[in-house]
Order: sequence, then C-alpha cells, then structure tokens
Amino acid sequence: MTNSLFEEKLNSDGFLVTTEIGPPKGADVSEMVHHIDLLKDKVDAINVTDHQSSVMRFPSLGGCLLVKERGGEPILQITCRDRNRLALQADLLLAYSRDIKNVLCLTGDSVDVGDHKEAKPVFDLDSVQLLKMAREMESGKDMGGNELKGAPQFCLGASVHPEADFIEPQLVKFEKKITAGAQFFQTQGIFDLESLRRFMQYASQFNVKILAGIIVLASARMARYMNDNVPGIIVSQATIDELANVEKGKGLQKGIEIASRLIKTIREENLCHGVHIMAVGNEGIVPDILETA
Amino acid sequence: MIVAEQKPVEEIWRVIAPYERVLLLGCGTCMTVCGAGGEREVSFLNGALRVAQAKSSDGIHSFLEYTVKRQCDFEFLDLLADKVNEVDAILSLGCGIGVQVVAERFPDMPVLPGVNTSFMGMAKEWGVWDERCAACGDCRLAETAGICPITRCTKGILNGPCAGTKNGKCEANKDMDCAWILIYKRLERLQQLEKMRRYYPPRNFRVIPRPRRIVMKADVEPGEDND
Repeated sequence: MTNSLFEEKLNSDGFLVTTEIGPPKGADVSEMVHHIDLLKDKVDAINVTDHQSSVMRFPSLGGCLLVKERGGEPILQITCRDRNRLALQADLLLAYSRDIKNVLCLTGDSVDVGDHKEAKPVFDLDSVQLLKMAREMESGKDMGGNELKGAPQFCLGASVHPEADFIEPQLVKFEKKITAGAQFFQTQGIFDLESLRRFMQYASQFNVKILAGIIVLASARMARYMNDNVPGIIVSQATIDELANVEKGKGLQKGIEIASRLIKTIREENLCHGVHIMAVGNEGIVPDILETA
Repeated sequence: MIVAEQKPVEEIWRVIAPYERVLLLGCGTCMTVCGAGGEREVSFLNGALRVAQAKSSDGIHSFLEYTVKRQCDFEFLDLLADKVNEVDAILSLGCGIGVQVVAERFPDMPVLPGVNTSFMGMAKEWGVWDERCAACGDCRLAETAGICPITRCTKGILNGPCAGTKNGKCEANKDMDCAWILIYKRLERLQQLEKMRRYYPPRNFRVIPRPRRIVMKADVEPGEDND
C-alpha cells in the first residue's frame, strides 16, 4: 500500500479517468506545463510517456516531477527498452523519493519504430520481470539481493491489448502481470466495444482495475498511419470510415465525438473501471472530451 | 553455422590499398556454405579486385588465392606458413573468428576482414539464411517449444509477446514472424501451454562472462596457450 492519491481512487468504486502527456522533444517544457495545468484537476492521474514510439524526448521522470510540482498526480511510464536493471531500479528509487509512486510498467516499443533506429535496444528485463522487480524492491532488497536503505512502495500498473488479433497469448501475459504485482491496467486503444465486453467478461474474475484506452484520432489518415506504424494499435474499419466521411478540417472534431461516445457508453454500461485517454499530441482537447462524455 | 556477407569490393579495395601482395584466404566450412568466403568466392573476388585494379591508378597489387578447411583452427593454418612469407597482408574471408585466429597464428602479418559476420543460423531456402541462435549460454529451448525468443523476438523478451504483434508478425519488421506467436502455437500443438504460463526470471548475463571460454572438464591437459 502506497497511499498514493491514485491508489486511493483505485480502491474506491468511482469511475476512473486518466490521461497522458508526451513530453516535448527539447528542453522547452512550457507547453507540457500548460497541458499539466489544464488537465491536473480534471483527471485522476496523468501518465507521462517514456520515449513513446521509441522517439527520444524529455524524460518521463522529469515530466512526472513537473506534474508533482504543479500539484497533479503522476503515473510514471517506465519501459525496459533503454535501461538495464541497475538503471531501472535507480529510476524507481528516485521516483519514490520524489513521491512519484504510481508506475506503469511496460516492455517498450522496438527501437526500429523510432527516431534513433541505430541505438542499442536494452530489454534486460521485460514488463513482467519489471513488475516483479518493483515488488521485490518493496521488501527492502534490490535485484542483487542487497539490502536497500529505505524501501520504496509503489502502485503498479501494466498494459493489456484486448483488441489483439490473436488474443490468447496476450491473456496469458495479462495473468502473469497480475501475479507479478500489477494492480491496474490501462489497455491499448479500444475502438470496438465488443472486444472490450468480451475481455471484461474474462478479466472481471481478477482483482485488478481496468481502464480502457481511448485514443483520440484526428483523421482517417492518422488512423491508417497508426495501423501501419504504431505498435499495438488496431483501429477498426468502422472508425476509419466514420472519420473519412467528414468534411476537411473537421477530423479532430469527429475524433473527439468518437472518443466521447466510447467513454459515455463505457461509463453508462459500466463496462470497466475507467478510461485512459490518449490524445497523442492533442492533449489540450481532453477537457472537451470529458465535458461531452 | 555462422552466416556472413562479403564486404563490398570498394571497401575491400580500400583496406588492402597499402599492401602490394595480398593473400585472399577463404574458409572451407561455414563461409563456403553461406557463400560469403569459400573457394569460389575467393576466386570471384580475385577477379573483381583485378578489374578494380585495372580501373584504378592505385599501385600494382598481386593476389594469391588459398582456401583452408577451417580458419578457426590453428591446425589448418600451419599449411599457410610458406604462403604467408610471400605476401604483405592477408585478406581473410573467414568469419570474425577466422580473422582473429589467423591474426593470432601469424603475429607479424596484417590480417584484414573481407566479410561482415552476421549471425548463427540456417539456410531457410536457397539463398536465404535466418538467424536461429544467439549463443546466450543458457539454452531455454525446452521451455519454448524449440523456438528461441532471445534470438527470434526482436526484444528477446521471455514472458510472452508484447502488444506490438499484428497478423502474427513483429512490430519491428512486418515480414518477420513474431517469435512468441510461433512459440504459443507450437506449445499448444504439443499440449504444453502450461510452459507459456510459467514466470521466467531475467536472463543471467553472467552465465559465462565475456569473452567466454569453455574448458573441457575431463581428459584435458592444460597447455601453454590455455592458461
């Protein structure tokens, strides 16, 4: 138990809303700070992404520090792509020491999809091992079995892909993540609520909170691009068609409408425990979505 | 076997430029099988270098061809002793191991690499080689239905597929099978899916520290060079 604000909310029965912020490419954090200020009181927590899509950016830990500074509740996204077990543990210690206790443990995208394709991919651990490592640190030992002076406590999350085209191995991994210590899941983008319903029929047997990932699309072109290039995203044809049928310049508006509709249905039908809104570069529109939903 | 690709002739031409007499040394084992540096390739390279020389004003080189059975074994290199006296450098078309063994055997001779050593693998079909083993020193193929996730998953992860897999392919390369989908399907076929559900701990990168050495445990007499 970390008693983070977000963990308290996880343990309540309320409908959870999280969103995420992609840090800037560069040292100018003014826009990120603006987005934090805009969002911090409207959501239960803000994820800060960790070189999302393997594109080098301002670090997620730095972004989480800013969220704290501005009075928000951060969720640190941490991937295994760029750090070995020493660096991962060190970052977790730093996070905890600065009161950043919510951690989303991810494997990380392949270096091949990003903007530093010649970099050495690390992947010393995978997401399941990372979760387990964080839990073991809570017992006061590092991965080498050495005593920690001051043990951290985390509220741990992970991701799951309910719309994967071959779902069985994803579910096996989902269960491994729960056993390893995940308390909540933020899913990959959901476009077809049927797949979420099916997934929840299965997932509700576990004592974890599921937040459905909602990606806000700005155009049919963006949807097709993401299908082809962004790992873990499968935008349904129905969604692409809907986006394609609006007049030029109205794509984002349609995207907001689709996202709001999804959230509304999820909330009304009580399909899962909350939503995680990914506005991918359009963070400023998240309040609009929440209002319409 | 070890799979390699011959370096471009332009690059080879540049590295041999300072040397007048060059021995083009092929390897009769892996490099012959993968077509990067066997007897045939040595002969083709000799021809290509002569053409390059005819086009260039960059000195006069002479090339000697020879292919040993294996470059990675001192035993087969002794045959070279006489030839080495007649040249100024050796261009080895052996793998990275071959180059180094030749260099170790002939300490006074510059030894240059003629191939880029790529991986350990198999001939998938004619002219197509696929990587299969990463020589991690801690084989877990019994748990993964004979399909290596360390080699064949781009991330080398051990507890199942990441979310990037689509149509059974890898997020890093749409032509590449997702190793974990292959593993899942084969474990299912073998009725061993419980192996998929097990937790696999992080790899031990110290199984054998680098550079790795294996010493036979029985019937071995320590030699001078084996300390």
